[in-house]
This record gives sequence, C-alpha cells and structure tokens, in this order.
Amino acid sequence: MDGLDALRAKVLEAVSSAKDEAALEELRVATVGKKGEVSLKMRELGRMTPEERQVAGPALNALKDEVNAALAAKKAGLADAALNERLQTEWLDVTLPARSRRAGTIHPISQVSDEVTALFADLGFAVAEGPQVESDWYNFDALNIPSHHPARGEMDTFYMSREDGDERPPHVLRTHTSPVQIRSMLAQGAPLRVICPGRVYRADYDQTHTPMFHQVEGLAIDRDISMANLKWVLEEFVKAFFEVDDVELRFRASHFPFTEPSAEVDIRCSWEGGQLKIGEGDDWLEILGSGMVHPKVLEAGGIDPTEWQGFAFGMGIDRIAMLKYGIPDLRAFFDSDLRWLRHYGFAALDQPNLYAGLSR
Amino acid sequence: MKFTLSWLKDHLETDATLDEILYALTDLGLEVEGVENPAERLSAFTIGYVAKAEKHPDADKLRVCQVETDGGKTQIICGAPNAREGIKVVVAKPGVYVPGIDTVIGVGKIRGIESYGMMCSEREMELSDEHDGIIELPSGEIGQSFTHWLEENDPAKVDPVIEIAITPNRPDALGVRGIARDLAARGLGKVKAQERASVPGAFASPIDVSIDADATEACPVFYGRVIKGVKNGPSPAWLQDRLKAIGLRPISILVDITNFFTYDNNRPLHVFDANKVSGDLRVHLSKGGERMVALDDKDYTLDAGMTVISDANGIESLGGIMGGAASGCTEETVNVFLEAAFFDPIRTAHTGRKLKINSDARYRFERGIDPEWTPEGIEHATRMIMDLCGGKASEVVMAGQMPDHSRAYKLDTDRVQSLVGMEIPGEEQRKTLTALGFTLEGDMAHVPSWRPDVLGEADLVEEVARVASLTKLEGKPLPRADVGVPKPVLTPMQKREQAARRMLASLGYNECVTYSFIDQPSAELFGGGSDATKLENPISTEMSHLRPSLLPGLLQAAARNQARGFMDLALFEVGPAFHGGEPEDQQLVASGILVGHSGPKDMHAARRPVDVFDVKADAEAVLNAIGAPAKVQILRGAEEWWHPGRHGKVCLGPKKVLAVFGEIHPKVLTAMDIKGPAMGFTIWPAEVPFPKTKSATRPALHLRDLQAVERDFAFVVDQNVEALVLVNAAAGSDKALIQDVRVFDEFSGPKAEEQMGAGKKSLAITVRLQPSEKTLTDEEIEAVSAKIIEKVSKAAGGTLRG
Repeated sequence: MDGLDALRAKVLEAVSSAKDEAALEELRVATVGKKGEVSLKMRELGRMTPEERQVAGPALNALKDEVNAALAAKKAGLADAALNERLQTEWLDVTLPARSRRAGTIHPISQVSDEVTALFADLGFAVAEGPQVESDWYNFDALNIPSHHPARGEMDTFYMSREDGDERPPHVLRTHTSPVQIRSMLAQGAPLRVICPGRVYRADYDQTHTPMFHQVEGLAIDRDISMANLKWVLEEFVKAFFEVDDVELRFRASHFPFTEPSAEVDIRCSWEGGQLKIGEGDDWLEILGSGMVHPKVLEAGGIDPTEWQGFAFGMGIDRIAMLKYGIPDLRAFFDSDLRWLRHYGFAALDQPNLYAGLSR
Repeated sequence: MKFTLSWLKDHLETDATLDEILYALTDLGLEVEGVENPAERLSAFTIGYVAKAEKHPDADKLRVCQVETDGGKTQIICGAPNAREGIKVVVAKPGVYVPGIDTVIGVGKIRGIESYGMMCSEREMELSDEHDGIIELPSGEIGQSFTHWLEENDPAKVDPVIEIAITPNRPDALGVRGIARDLAARGLGKVKAQERASVPGAFASPIDVSIDADATEACPVFYGRVIKGVKNGPSPAWLQDRLKAIGLRPISILVDITNFFTYDNNRPLHVFDANKVSGDLRVHLSKGGERMVALDDKDYTLDAGMTVISDANGIESLGGIMGGAASGCTEETVNVFLEAAFFDPIRTAHTGRKLKINSDARYRFERGIDPEWTPEGIEHATRMIMDLCGGKASEVVMAGQMPDHSRAYKLDTDRVQSLVGMEIPGEEQRKTLTALGFTLEGDMAHVPSWRPDVLGEADLVEEVARVASLTKLEGKPLPRADVGVPKPVLTPMQKREQAARRMLASLGYNECVTYSFIDQPSAELFGGGSDATKLENPISTEMSHLRPSLLPGLLQAAARNQARGFMDLALFEVGPAFHGGEPEDQQLVASGILVGHSGPKDMHAARRPVDVFDVKADAEAVLNAIGAPAKVQILRGAEEWWHPGRHGKVCLGPKKVLAVFGEIHPKVLTAMDIKGPAMGFTIWPAEVPFPKTKSATRPALHLRDLQAVERDFAFVVDQNVEALVLVNAAAGSDKALIQDVRVFDEFSGPKAEEQMGAGKKSLAITVRLQPSEKTLTDEEIEAVSAKIIEKVSKAAGGTLRG
C-alpha cells in the first residue's frame, strides 16, 4: 500500500498540534473512526491478494495502534495541562487561622495527685478515700487526740452545726486525711499499704493558707516495718516526684499525737535566684510530717500493736505542686481564673506514669 | 517559747556556740523559729575617742568633733548636748546601717562643714529608749568593736534571743530549765544544780486554803502563804531586761516575778493582794452563771464545772487561767498571798477554750506542769519576792495532796532497732534516759514528774532516738509486698473518676477545683442550704454551707471570668457534693458548664452560641468513657434549676438517673449574675452499673459482606412528639434487618406549619438495613419500608410526608 508513511506523518502531526480535547476527538473520528482514513484503508484489505494482505495488514494495524496511542497520550497531556491551569487559580492564604478547637486542661491538684498515685502504686500502696464530713471520733479521738488535747484548738477545725436536741458531738470537716487511715485499718486490717489523698479543711485564710487544701497521707503496716523503711520510701518518693537523681532528707524529731517517734522531714535545696532546686544547696525545705504509727492509733484501727507496727506520713498536695511547678500563690488554685487554668493546667493526655515519666 | 542565751546559761553549763545550740534544739524537736542576735546587728560599730570638740561656727547646738577611730582621726558633727572632748563614744562610720533611725550613714555637709560619721545614742542602736545624749563609755579601746565591749561589760544588751516552737507534748520545755535538760542529754553541757530554796515561815498564814471534795481532781494540790510588808514597784533592770527580751512587758516586781517563774521553770504562780482577800480561800467548781472580772479587765460569765478560787466576797480567780481584777496586786500592795497549785490539764483546757482566754498560765496548765516542783516553786518565788520587795513570809498553807503521777515502763533496748532502725547500745540508751530525768530500776524506766507525755514504751524509744538524733537515721529499702509486676491499685470508681476527668479535659473543658462550701443563697438555688449542711464556724458568709452540687461553684467561677472579660467558657470539676451533714451524705459528681460561644470569632463561620446538644454530646462522651450502656432513656422532669423545656435526664429506668444535661434556668443565672445562657451537665459516676463479671475478652465481631441499604423517611408529626419515639418505633419494626436508625432532619416553625398544618413538624430518619443471608430484593425493601411507615405512624401519630 502506498502512502502509509505519508498518512502516518500527517496524522501524528495533527495529533501533536491539536489544541483541545474537541479537536482531538475530531481527529480521532477522521482517522480511526468508522469512516476515518485508516479505517477506510483497512476495508481495502479485502480486495487485496493474500500476499499483498500479508504485508499491508500488519502495517495498517500498527498504524492504527500508533494513532490510538498518540491520541491517548495527547489526551492525557491536555487533561494534565487543564488541571494544572485550574489548580493555579485555586490559591488559598494558608496563613489564615485554622478552625478553632477548645483545649481543655487538667488542674494541677489532679495532675499531682495522679503523679503521687503512680509512684506509690508501684510500691504497692492502694488509694483509700473517705468522707470529708467526719465524726470527731475518726478525726480526733481515734488518732490519739482526746477532746482536751491542745492540737484540737490549734487545728482551726470547722464544725458542722448541730440541730437542737442532737446531743452528739458536732461533726467536723476533716482537718487531715488521717481518718481515712483509721477507716482503712478497720476495713482491711494488717498488713496494709495505702495512701489517702483528698480535700482537707482548716479555718484559716491568708497569704499562704486557704480554708480548704489537699493532703496525701501514707500508711504502711506490717510486722517489721521501721522508721528506716519510712526514710527510704520518702527518699525514693522525693527523688521520683521531683525527678532528680539524688536528694538528701533530714529527719527532725517532732511530735504528732498519732505517731511515735515523730519526725518532720526537710529536703536539701537551694533557692538561688528565687528558683527552687531540690537536692543541692544549703537550705532545708520542710515538706512533710511523719512517724511510726502510735500504738493507740493501731488499737483504734482494730490492729494489735504488739503484733504489728508501721509508719505514716502526710504532706500537702497543693504545696508539693507549688514547689515542683513553681506556682506562687495557693489561693489562686481555687479561684478558677481561666488564665491560670490554662497556664498551670496540664493536657488531658499527659497521664502520669512511670514508664514515660511523670511530667513531660 | 522565747528565751535568751544567758538565761539558758543560768541552767546549763556549756561551751557550745550559739550555732551548735540552735542546731541541737531543732534536731531534738525543739524547732528554732527565730534567733535575734543583737551582736550581729551592731557588729560594725566601733569605739572612738573625742579628741577635740568645738562649737559649729554656724550653729549654736552643733559641735565639730575630731574623733579618733580605728580608721584614724575623723571629723564628725554632733548635736548631742554631751558631745565634748575626752569621752569615749560609739561611732558609726559612713556605710554603716543604724537600726534605730533606719539609715545608712553617709558623708555629708552639715551647715557647710563636712561630717564623716555619727556618734550614737542607745536609742539609735536600739539598745534602749535612752536618747538624752550619745553613749559615753567608761572604758574600752579606740577601734574596739562595740559588741565585744558589750559582751564584756553589759552582756544583757547583746544577749541572743531564741524562739522555739513547742509541740504540745513537751510542757517541760516551756521552762528554760527543761530546755537546758534536753541540751545536756544531747551532750551540750551540764545542767546546773538548782539550790533548794527554803524560807521558813515567821508566822501562821492568816489566810487558809481548802479544796472542796468535788474539786480535788480539778485541783489536787494547792500551796499558799502570805508575805507581809512588801514594797512593790518597778523591777530591777536585770529582771526587766529578761522579760523585755522575750517580749513581755514589765509591770511590777510582784507580777514580773510570777512571769519569771512561768518561763524559767514552767511554774505559773498567782499573787493576790492579801488585803483584798476576805476570809479564807476555797477552791471549788463553779455552779454556772457566776461572773468575774479578770485581770484583763474583761467580764466573764462562767459555766458550771470551772475551777475557781473564792473568798468571802465571791470568786477571786479562775484556777490555772487568770486571776481576778478585784484581788489583783497593784503598785500599792503591801501584803500578798502567793499561790502555787496544780490544776488539771483537761478542765483547764475546756475552761480556757470556753471563755476564750489565752494566758501563759492556761497554756502551761493545759499541757501539764511539773506537780512535784509546786512546793519547791513557792519557796523560790517567796525568796525572790523577799529579796526584791522585802517583807516577811508566813508559814505555807497547803490543801489537797500531791497527785500520783508515778509510772514506769519497760525499756526494751532492742525496740529502738526494730521500731526506728537505729543501732544504739543499751548503755547509751540508759544514759540518755537518765540525763532526761528518768530513773532506771533494772529495765524499768520511771518517768520524771515533768514529763506527762511519756505514757508507754514507744515514748521511751522516741526519747532515745530523738536524743541520739534522727538525722543520723539511714534509709532502708521497704520490700515489695508482692514479688513481681505491681498490681493495679485503683478501684473501679477511682478509674471512673480519672476517666471522666481526662475525657472532659480532652473535650476542651478546663478543670476547676472550687471550694466545698459556698454561700447559702447559691446553695439554695441548687436544692441545698439546709441547716444540716451549715458550718458552725464558717470563715465567711461566702463559705457557709456545704455545696449541694458542683454547678453553683462553677457558675460563680464563670461569673468571675466574665468579669475579667472571658465570655466563652468551658469549665468542669470532678469532686464531692453533699446532700446532708453526715459522713455518708457525700457523693462524687462530675459537672461541666458551657457559657457563651463554641469558640472565638472566626472566618470559618463555625462560631455559634453553645446549646443543649453540646452538653448532651459531652455528657454522653463521659458516660461512654466510664462504661455506661449505650441504650439509655432521656426523660424530663429534673430539678427546678434546669430550663423546664430544655433539659434531659439520662436514665436507666425512671429512678436510675445517670446524668442530667440542659440549659441552666434563666432565673438562676440572673440570681448568680451570669450573662447567659449557660449549658450544664451533672454526672453521677457511681450510678452507672458496674459490670457483673470482668473479662478483657470482647464479643466476637460478625462482619457481613452483603451490601447494606439506606432508606430515608420523612414523617409529619405533632410538634411535641419526641424524635426518640420515631427512632425506637422504626428500629423495632424489624430488629434483625435494621442495623441503625438516625434522625437527620427536623423541619419545624411557621414555614413548616404553613406546609403541613398548624402544630405540625417534620422529622426525617435514615434507616440502615443490613441483610445477613442474601442481597435484598426491591420487594423485600418495599416490604420492610411499609412496616417502618406503619409502626412509626402508629407510635408517633404521624404520616409519611408526601
């Protein structure tokens, strides 16, 4: 067949110079369409001799494939170009603000309570809770603070009002979480390891006192627990809580009605430039009270003091939160100032644990 | 408790430095709260000599002095009348801080002539109120430190004042002698022997004493005597100095002496003006209703059962607390009756608390004084009175008998090791106890009369460990209770509390911790404020009642934040609420509020006022997080602080309310001064049923490969028909086939009524059909659709919207 080469050249040239999809479609109909030039040539095959056909057939088929491929490639190219052109017009100012999303926060008291819980849980201490309105027996008598004890006066206790005719001694708002220790002893007996975190109340309000604050107390009872164990537990706690490698604790003899011997515990620290650093320096910071549980307290808790002994300690959650996170004012903890909540609060997913660490 | 170093050294023979003493005090449990060491304040002042003094050319009252100091000859202008040649003076050179005038001395010109320092008066150095002229020293070297001179010549002026905190168990340390005893036991010297004072009586006491039979417990023993012909007046300087140093105001010799023994030996005393006492004294219990004007000039009305001392005129003194004004001593007192008694700590504490009298005597008697020293004390006081005021003492009269305080406990020297974890040799333990005044008989330790706090073996351990120093205690690992991976410790409720808290924070709420008590009006708005929840002694009216709900506290927080300009708020709290005043009337709740808009103004038009469906979604998310079942009822009829038409109770049955959500009643918002509207919710985590069995295994998941089909239906129903009715009816029409029913549109309001008739609205639902065996045919879909239409029409009283 003559003129195939010329046809190929003409068609391919037309394809490559097609301006848009419509021109391309026109070209397709005119070449490989039913009545297109290539199709018409293929019809001629029937009138050929077998020898001629053997040559012309494959040549025509090849031409047809080539034209189809060229059309498809050109079509894809045109589509890309059109898309590119459209995308060029779809420009956004991506410096505009995103859709806003509220960010919630966890209060430092909750966060620090969770931190303390994570640490003591690892040492086998469960978390015990109890009522905040307490009978004076749980809050005082059971803790070896009889009615005339000066500690009752010194604790600035809040009393609940009593109806006329109700002759019971007035209930109190618990002045410490120690009544929970008594309740735990009565409920579970010995051996026992619990911490008791929660709200406590004292009638005091000034720069450094609020009528409500938070305490966590710890209690461990077994046959041979000693004050040396207490010191170790507190050393481990302070190191882990303040996230320092080493810390020095000083036990100072003191007195609490519910422990004997009793000790106030100071940690070595420095206040250089108003910044607290735990574990170094020449200052001492009083952070908790502790001691060996008084035999009378064990008895009140239904535990035989000739068989069991143990330690107890207590500290302020708000206070250790202030120390660790550099929060200056206790009163602001309870003011719910949104700026404060956002600044000192913690992200919901910052759940303290021991494998990732307590704080970020 | 305050005392001075020299006072301590009256009782303690020691070479220890001040710092060593301070360290030991704190370490022994007598925590040092403050030290005032005047020597430190005055360390820069030196002694000078006025070599020449001339009148200032331009001022009659000023003198130009040439003063020899450690820095050579210096010119100082001085206005003191006694500034003259030849005297030794105290010089503050430029740069020295002068406490009495609160000024750092500089170089200055006074009327044109330069002055290089200041010569000081006693007042300027805060040594006394003396300001008639500058100090003239009788001795001293030029350039010598003035504090060194004072230490040698007038030690009281540079006597360090030490203040320690006394724990309630240590009344013995409320006397300087007791403090000395502790320090001696620690090895810081020796307690000086106290000579026995004995003043024989020259005549029989004209005033006798008796104790009523029912008062022998309140006042077991009473000693007294008359001293005639005393001359009261101001105390000598040494006594005044002592009292002033520890913050007491000198009053008169007689009163000052009683104060002296109160602090010196923890021995409160009382002196009556014997001329004002009529007849004998009788110790008895008050009947109630009596009145007495005490030495503080206040009129007290007594309850029954208070320990009082009366004469023929009536009640003259509140035993162990405060004397009466009528029989009190004055400057003119000539004859006195001196009292030394022992009053019961418990009764003293109750009386003192009831009458709100805080006296040094009460403070000591309620903690417990040394009864054995009562007869000794009266002799010592008699002698001091006679030494300082003259007079003649009668014989001592006595009533009652010395209370028996004798007791002994077994000293188990191994106990220190097992309880404290310190190894202290037995001999040392015995030595410590002996030094503290215990008497050891075999292994029994007899408690000294001044230690009412020692009441068992554990106390002996405490004494030994305290004196040995707990600072030396070495930590020892506490073995795990169980070997291996620690078990989880939180209870299911504690886990719920945490889950609720973290879920709410992740939903964008800020956690608050608000006070457990609020004002009564706010409490009343939320069903509280009853007398059962009232505090007897609230700190203010803002905090008078236990909160019945967390909502009022959160709303108050919202109001405070609105006042600061923050109008879009999402606040929550998880904590206790109180429905009564008994310990069991407390429950854990989680509450949240939304106020204002969903977010700040923005360009995405996403900002809208918060509404009921925001808090509904959040409450549902929390319920889901704490394990509440997905299928719940939403009922109405919650308490009156909710908007009556815009709230729902999330219930499992009509009585089992898991949560309430809704809009807060506008009246409540007005009352609490909140710019509303405000949405809120309250969740009671304990109400959510706990699973009966706990298993980590999930039920098997059955996935269907067959395609699900969704069909939409719109129904015309009455306005008050609730969507849940349609959903439940549709879901119930073929439980096997219908997987899910969702409301996707509500069309109501005037336009809707125009189309569908008055009081009508349209609700549209999507029903998802999930075949399990074979693909649904059109006929099957039609059949199920017909059933849905029938069921919904029947249940909701509606028709399919054309």
